[in-house]
Amino acid sequence: MTEIPAVIRAEGVNKVFTVKNADPVIALKDIHLDVKRGEFVSLIGPSGCGKSTLLRLIADLLQPTSGEMVINGKTPVQARLDRDYGMVFQAATLYDWRNVGKNVQLPLEIMGIDKAEREKRAAEMLELVELGKFAKHYPWQLSGGMQQRVAIARALAFQPALLLMDEPFGALDEFTRERMNLELLRIWHATQTTVVFVTHSIAEAVFLSSRVVVMSPRPGRITAVLDVDLPYPRNFETRELPRYFELVTHVRELLRDAHTFDE
Amino acid sequence: MTKSFERLRYYLPTIVVAVAVLALWEVLVTVLNIQQFILPKPTQIAGRFFEEVNLFVTGQGSILFQAAGATFYEALGGFILGCGSGILVALVTARWTVLSEAMMPFAIAANSVPIIAFAPIMNNWFGLTNPVSKMTIVAIIVFFPTMINTVRGLTLIDPRQLELMRSYAASDLKILRALRIPNAVPYIFSALRVASPLSMIGAVVAEFFGGPRATLGVFITQEASGFNFDRAWAAIVIASLIGIAFYAIIVFAERRLAPWGTREAG
Ligand SMILES: Nc1ncnc2c1ncn2[C@@H]1O[C@H](COP(=O)(O)OP(=O)(O)O)[C@@H](O)[C@H]1O
Ligand SMILES: [Mg+2]
Repeated sequence: MTEIPAVIRAEGVNKVFTVKNADPVIALKDIHLDVKRGEFVSLIGPSGCGKSTLLRLIADLLQPTSGEMVINGKTPVQARLDRDYGMVFQAATLYDWRNVGKNVQLPLEIMGIDKAEREKRAAEMLELVELGKFAKHYPWQLSGGMQQRVAIARALAFQPALLLMDEPFGALDEFTRERMNLELLRIWHATQTTVVFVTHSIAEAVFLSSRVVVMSPRPGRITAVLDVDLPYPRNFETRELPRYFELVTHVRELLRDAHTFDE
Repeated sequence: MTKSFERLRYYLPTIVVAVAVLALWEVLVTVLNIQQFILPKPTQIAGRFFEEVNLFVTGQGSILFQAAGATFYEALGGFILGCGSGILVALVTARWTVLSEAMMPFAIAANSVPIIAFAPIMNNWFGLTNPVSKMTIVAIIVFFPTMINTVRGLTLIDPRQLELMRSYAASDLKILRALRIPNAVPYIFSALRVASPLSMIGAVVAEFFGGPRATLGVFITQEASGFNFDRAWAAIVIASLIGIAFYAIIVFAERRLAPWGTREAG
């Protein structure tokens, strides 16, 4: 039997932070997760349940305390060195001294791609996030939503097959966020990228994902995985489907069950 | 039209205060009948100053302007030498975090030493009339703040920006060029802003310990001991103007070259 190879495979991953003068924090406990090519997987859970930590383990920005993490059949270090993934953080983290176009070119510059190609790709990516006219602007001249779109264009610039996003729209207002969700789905569709998306918005997770991974804190663990069978293309009407409401309610219940009120 | 009006409104309080202080000075000196060797009137200083300007412009030669040129030359030379090597040392040591961390306490300690006290020694080393003796003092004075600030700019970096670089598997050299150095530019400019008037002060005070006749420090000491206080004050005015102009040039350069560091100040 041939299977679609997993882009991400976590097997029994644990992460413990040792903190000076305090008890160690079990950030992740016994994580098992398979993400297949082309999936859009959301990690949802209350803050402190280890979503960012899991994403950082995938990105090799942290190393697991125990357990195994495999990315594209390689170790996370190798995957990082091979530039297998693009990452978008909660804050846009653009470089103020570079204009928008140059910010998008940054990863290409680091990878030693020549200037003509860099400029061409940056222009394409800015077009994709509908900021084609803003290449010469500086980050501080843009709104928060626009900055985040630049960060997405930057992450996509080197066409990684895997996109890791840590609450990329967390700081945006509801309207902008809904527009950005549509845009992200369009980009996901156009680029056929695998996406792992961290959020604490139930609506966002259900709307965007093909699969929702529900997590709970203390210790951080996966408590449920839910397939989202909403039809594509998803648009404003998707949010009005009875099935959408059912799924939102279901995820809410899963989160409630998972959350032990131990405080 | 409205823009220049707004500018005027912005600067008006400063201008009013300056004019008021000068007027009060003039009135008090006149009313209290203060002797000119204690405090000359602003009009008297201005008269002396413009006399020198006239001599200079008409090509008859003004020793005051000659002195100003010589002192500025020392200050600028020391500034370039000190700031340049401060930046360079910071860049080199920042490659080895351990080294720069080990050096920082010494640099901070050295920065609180009154370096001007070494002026007589430098005069001995390089010769009283050799401008290099003053340049060296100035260079040492500006070296430490520049180095300290540059090291800070190279190392105080938003951890998320470093994570981004790590996610690109960027080499240390590329992180230095694409992130650390641009991050340090506003820090460097803030050091240069402090260093520019400091270099004028350093040069003038170093000259108090002796130097050629045509330097501001020597000029001020000699005119003051000869009871030509209006001439001494005219020299102080010119030293201040040079210091302010030097500072303004740095601020202007910063706005052109590193607008992201100054945009809040606007
Ligand atoms: N570098 C760290 N050192 C110590 N504890 C950490 C560190 N990073 C995260 N933690 C702890 O691990 C837990 C999970 O954090 P995080 O992954 O950021 O959660 P989430 O992203 O779901 O809000 C939290 O209790 C947090 O305090
Ligand atoms: Mg988080």
